[in-house]
Amino acid sequence: MDIHEYQAKELLNKHGIKTLKSILCFKPDEVYDAYKTLSSSVAAVKAQVHAGGRGKGGGVKIAKSADEAKSIAEKMIGMNLVTAQTGKEGKLVKKVLVEEGAAIIKEFYLSLTVDRKNAAIAFVLSAEGGMEIEEVSKNHPEKILTVSVNPLYGLKSYHILEMSLFLGIDKNLFGGFSKLINLLYGAFIAEDMSMLEINPLILTGSDEFIPLDAKIILDDNADFRHPYFKDLIDEDEEEPLEVKAKSVGLNYIKLDGNVGCMVNGAGLAMATMDTIKEFGAAPANFLDVGGTADAKRVETAFNILLSDKNVKGIFINIFGGIVKCDMVAEGVVSAAKNIGLKLPVVVRLEGTNADEAAKIIENSGMNFVSAESLADGAKKISKIVNG
Amino acid sequence: MSILVNKNTNVLVQGITGKEGSFHAQKCIEYGTKVIAGVTPFKGKTLFNDSVPVYNTIKEAKKEHKIDATMVFVPAGFAAAGVIEAIEAEIPLIVCITEGIPVTDMLNVKAALNCSKSFMIGPNCPGIITADECKIGIMPGFIHKKGRVGVLSRSGTLTYEAVNQLTKAGFGETTCVGIGGDPIIGSPFISFLKMFEQDPETDAVVMIGEIGGTAEEEASEYVKNHMKKPVIGFIAGKTAPAGKRMGHAGAIISGGKGTASDKLKTMEKNGIHIADNPSVIAETVKKALNVY
Repeated sequence: MDIHEYQAKELLNKHGIKTLKSILCFKPDEVYDAYKTLSSSVAAVKAQVHAGGRGKGGGVKIAKSADEAKSIAEKMIGMNLVTAQTGKEGKLVKKVLVEEGAAIIKEFYLSLTVDRKNAAIAFVLSAEGGMEIEEVSKNHPEKILTVSVNPLYGLKSYHILEMSLFLGIDKNLFGGFSKLINLLYGAFIAEDMSMLEINPLILTGSDEFIPLDAKIILDDNADFRHPYFKDLIDEDEEEPLEVKAKSVGLNYIKLDGNVGCMVNGAGLAMATMDTIKEFGAAPANFLDVGGTADAKRVETAFNILLSDKNVKGIFINIFGGIVKCDMVAEGVVSAAKNIGLKLPVVVRLEGTNADEAAKIIENSGMNFVSAESLADGAKKISKIVNG
Repeated sequence: MSILVNKNTNVLVQGITGKEGSFHAQKCIEYGTKVIAGVTPFKGKTLFNDSVPVYNTIKEAKKEHKIDATMVFVPAGFAAAGVIEAIEAEIPLIVCITEGIPVTDMLNVKAALNCSKSFMIGPNCPGIITADECKIGIMPGFIHKKGRVGVLSRSGTLTYEAVNQLTKAGFGETTCVGIGGDPIIGSPFISFLKMFEQDPETDAVVMIGEIGGTAEEEASEYVKNHMKKPVIGFIAGKTAPAGKRMGHAGAIISGGKGTASDKLKTMEKNGIHIADNPSVIAETVKKALNVY
């Protein structure tokens, strides 16, 4: 799960990592007061949305007075911030972080991620702080250092030495740098992060290393041992339909197309989306309805799909493993009747009793068509929605 | 022949009395798997289904039985500990079905695994099956038929889709493995490709990948450099948006990396026969094996 910059910084503070003084604000007046409270000669006003690239999109501005901070906030709060990561629709800014200024001597890039290939925790560093790391990695891979830490041995001083030499950090500053790297590594593991990105990490005029920005992704799977995770969720940042689906236990992701998809299994769900595209239509969503696919679950799924007004037809693709297809077919028909479904539906059921299931679908008296394979179903639904 | 499991494999079930564990242990027994014992804390000295002895720990079970493999159904919060218990008990094959294990736990498991005698499949996977001999997992047994194609996949139902076609097309399968949908898994594609290349009954391998990570790219390099048998590949997630987790914890395009098109490009370049959509997997196998 994604969290905001101010939440990420609070998490870092919890582990003894110092950040600049900052105040979260929801209104321009609060920004005015915050500027006064910080009593810094300059302050940054930073939009709090779940997206990177805020600076370029106008989501980070520098103010030199309380009035200026307020007038920046008046424009920023309520704006639709469009960045490289938000998509063209952008994200509505509802809160800003007002942060004191600092004398920046140098900027670095630093992140920790899970190194899937080596099953390790990888530090990625560059002296090109503040830049888009994807750009640097593409054009100047030699300017990036990756240090993978084997969790069995843990982070050692030679790892940090390698990082420090690569970044050209002065020998006298190694102590402070080393302390920060250790704290970050500890925080990453203790809080079950999947990613921790600091861009930039700054070296200040008082020889301190300070994260100027912080982006953290937490591992949802670890929420059982971090009860606070749920308090960090900001539903304003999520797609409303995805929030609704999650609350009823469905794994749903909204997309731009007009074919609603209901599939069991994540891999098959993705493959179904891809095949619909191949046959000329576009999927409206990813939806893994799960292994059982009984009438109740199917009905819940129908309701989610129908909340998306773009949906012009539905493709149900279920591979009946342990469950029998005729049972699934009966569930689908009864759920559709229950909610008075009018949209055309193509149903493909494979597995035990698939032939009986096809008969139930064809004879349902609903606007249902049965399909004999994934490709056949994708072809049929694409033809229907494309008219 | 087959890889990793056969009719003689003695199987332990960790979490045998739980809802999922008991249901699937029973299905495995019905398929013919030799489920010789189970483990559930505080349920020692009881019998599962009046026939399979249950122990509190693997240590206890090991005193009474020769164990070749364990099927892990332990809930996510305790699963890593369950796997490490199996590693310490030197169980040769660990098949972890559990979904939702935290990544940091898996990093520890993987580190322990690297200096152990155990081989691990999963987690977050349907398991492994050698057709008509041994099923350790949650896949529907009836779609499998003894034959000549090996199947590897990061997915569940998508694997069944492929297997169903291979069976209907008359190829049948040797062994099918769901390697797991998590970012950190016990064993990557390459470990199994190596085994299939050496298995005299496997004539071709179907490899089903998806977005996220670079496991397919690494596997395809291996295929190019070390395999004579044809490998047929499919990648799910061409239409998946970046930055979103598509159901599986590992199925995510991050920082522009792990896209389906990158994977397909590398796989094709390395001589893997690509199936454009899942409905043509068996057809692609036919072409790869020159069967008409």
